[in-house]
Amino acid sequence: MASEDLLEAAVAGRRGTVVDGFTLGERLNAGGAGYVFRVTPAAGADPGFALVMKLPAVGPGEPLEGVVGFEMELMVLPALTGPHVPRIVASGDLRGVPHLVMEFVEGQPLMERVKAAPLALAEVARIGAAVADALQSVHAQQVVHHDLKPENIILRRDGTAVLIDFGFAHHARYPDLLAEERRFAAGSAPYVSPEQLRGLRGDPRSDLFSLGALLYELAVGELPYGIPATIAGMKDRLWRIPPPPRSVKPDLPPWLQEVILRCLEADLESRYQSAALVAFDLRNPDQVALTPRAQRLRAPGVLAQARRWWRARDPARLAALPPAPKPARVIMVAVDTSHPDDARHPAIRWYARQALSTTGEHRVMCVSVVRAPGLGEGPALGDTESGRHLHHLARLRHWAEPLGMPPERLSLHVVQSADPAATLVELAHRNHVDLVVLGAPAPGEKMLAWWRSVASGVTAGASCSVLVVRAPGEPDARPAT
Amino acid sequence: MPCQSMHNGFVLALLADIHGNLEALQACLAHARAAGARRYALLGDVVGYGADPAGVVDVAMGLAAGGAVVVKGNHDAAVGGDAGYLNHAASEAIAWTRTALSDAHRGFLAALPLERRDADAAYAHASLHQPARWEYIDGPAAAYRCMDAAAMPYAFCGHIHDPQLFFESGPGRAVAFRPTPGTEIPVPRHRRWVAIPGSVGQPRDGDTRAAYALVDFARERITFHRVAYDHLGVADKMERVGLPAALVHRMRRGV
Repeated sequence: MASEDLLEAAVAGRRGTVVDGFTLGERLNAGGAGYVFRVTPAAGADPGFALVMKLPAVGPGEPLEGVVGFEMELMVLPALTGPHVPRIVASGDLRGVPHLVMEFVEGQPLMERVKAAPLALAEVARIGAAVADALQSVHAQQVVHHDLKPENIILRRDGTAVLIDFGFAHHARYPDLLAEERRFAAGSAPYVSPEQLRGLRGDPRSDLFSLGALLYELAVGELPYGIPATIAGMKDRLWRIPPPPRSVKPDLPPWLQEVILRCLEADLESRYQSAALVAFDLRNPDQVALTPRAQRLRAPGVLAQARRWWRARDPARLAALPPAPKPARVIMVAVDTSHPDDARHPAIRWYARQALSTTGEHRVMCVSVVRAPGLGEGPALGDTESGRHLHHLARLRHWAEPLGMPPERLSLHVVQSADPAATLVELAHRNHVDLVVLGAPAPGEKMLAWWRSVASGVTAGASCSVLVVRAPGEPDARPAT
Repeated sequence: MPCQSMHNGFVLALLADIHGNLEALQACLAHARAAGARRYALLGDVVGYGADPAGVVDVAMGLAAGGAVVVKGNHDAAVGGDAGYLNHAASEAIAWTRTALSDAHRGFLAALPLERRDADAAYAHASLHQPARWEYIDGPAAAYRCMDAAAMPYAFCGHIHDPQLFFESGPGRAVAFRPTPGTEIPVPRHRRWVAIPGSVGQPRDGDTRAAYALVDFARERITFHRVAYDHLGVADKMERVGLPAALVHRMRRGV
């Protein structure tokens, strides 16, 4: 069959049509983004998971943006890895039957959850953190999604969020085919960021604005800017502060309003600087630093909005490119609070301070992993579980004080575990930590095999950088010759 | 999977603006061979500026005998004729280059074509649009003129010393893209592209490493590379043979 006929048969949803060795089954949707069918691979080519094929809406009468978007997705999706994007199995470009064959993501489309909004607080935080994790993974691969909305998110059964539809995406190391297609490079009206409306692409913070709109919708049951039908209506968000979530839903806690409104800041510098920081705040509500944003119960008055409107029209501001995201690294320091006088403590603090000395919105997590009671812990630390915990927390706070970190960027964690290395690795992974600072085995432990130490376990297991600190003047461990 | 190419699957190395820098050329060729290159295209300005014109032309003649594409650059043309439109340092270097080349070398350069075409692409030193005018592809408009004149999916040029990739974004429009070294970039054949690999022998973007690119026609990918070599040794050699100080400085700093 000629490729045009094949494409026509495919788009018409003719079951049994074979494209690139895959047999079309049930059609799952049809929309601006194209057509999605379940497909079965040829015998012997089964990848071990269910598959779908995506075909762009091409042909007479179809808008060109569908084709360019499909081309962009064809470039970007195969370059992405990890659990937060569908796995790509096969593809064909625009000279034949353009198609993408990918994993059918088993799970619940977020669209279905949105219908039940407003959702319970814990669920909003859980879904929001999962989506922030997915964004962090994609952003770390230098890709901005640019069309984050419930239709493009699927929650796997284990709670992991998967992003689909990369037709508006921007890859920092690939040509941006949508660079000059301002008319339609803007994403979806209720979620699109103000800078995207100005034609700026490639800033990961744009996805955080969309995440804010999504969180607002999940928590409040309404969209922050409604569903604007016109470009002028969309451009409201260049200056207008949306009604605070608590004005619609008074029982919403201030910390969640803080997170949502910080995502929705029109000004890129006032917004969160990375998805990892949003995920962290959604998982650690007690650590969220509250600003006046958290307390707002009404939308700003007419005068304040007018001032913002005037400011947003400033030609100098409109012409200027927004500054790049401030570095926002998460640094995790493992502090042994069971041995507060250990000679390694000042050295660890010195290196932690070095890592923090560059400008940026760095965050420090101080973690003390304490062994379960009865494992060499003296009775001096109190008899009860909570007493022990508080005692370690106090020591941790005391340890961190000289760092001089503002409270909103410092968090203290006392964790009980029999396997400190595994616990530290897990914490680092879950919190998108960029650097772990921890002590080398103490001189007294040097007789132990290195591979049995916490430092070696974390170094081997972590996916980030690890700095292993020794106290100055420590005796040489090499055997005397 | 992408449609099977009707072309042979060999990877092509694009080498532009070698400018008599033998060490840079050898470093790029070694890098390209290790990366699987079996075909070569020399995109003009084989000589000029550098201290080893004879050595570089020898390599070019060897590659050409093996089937490589070699097109003529404005410095190659200047060796056999009027160098009046080159700046002072460049024409001084050309005068020296003439004395360093044999008749066979000069004959090879004089016989080079201004443009070449094969089943895969069109090649010229400056632009496929009126190649004898040495137009700089310094923006999307010039790039569009080049891709239009090429009338093929791929046009490969040099002349501007900075690595650039231009793509057709709509009727009469092209968009510029600055590639990241080492990134394999999809360049699907249903669009038109102009790739400028950057200069092997005299980079000017502040990065002293030699620039070149690899094209995988079967997979429709292009990768721009930067290769470190002893550029300071090359600058010393230029100084020893008496090439202008401005050119030596440029070599040391990559500016």
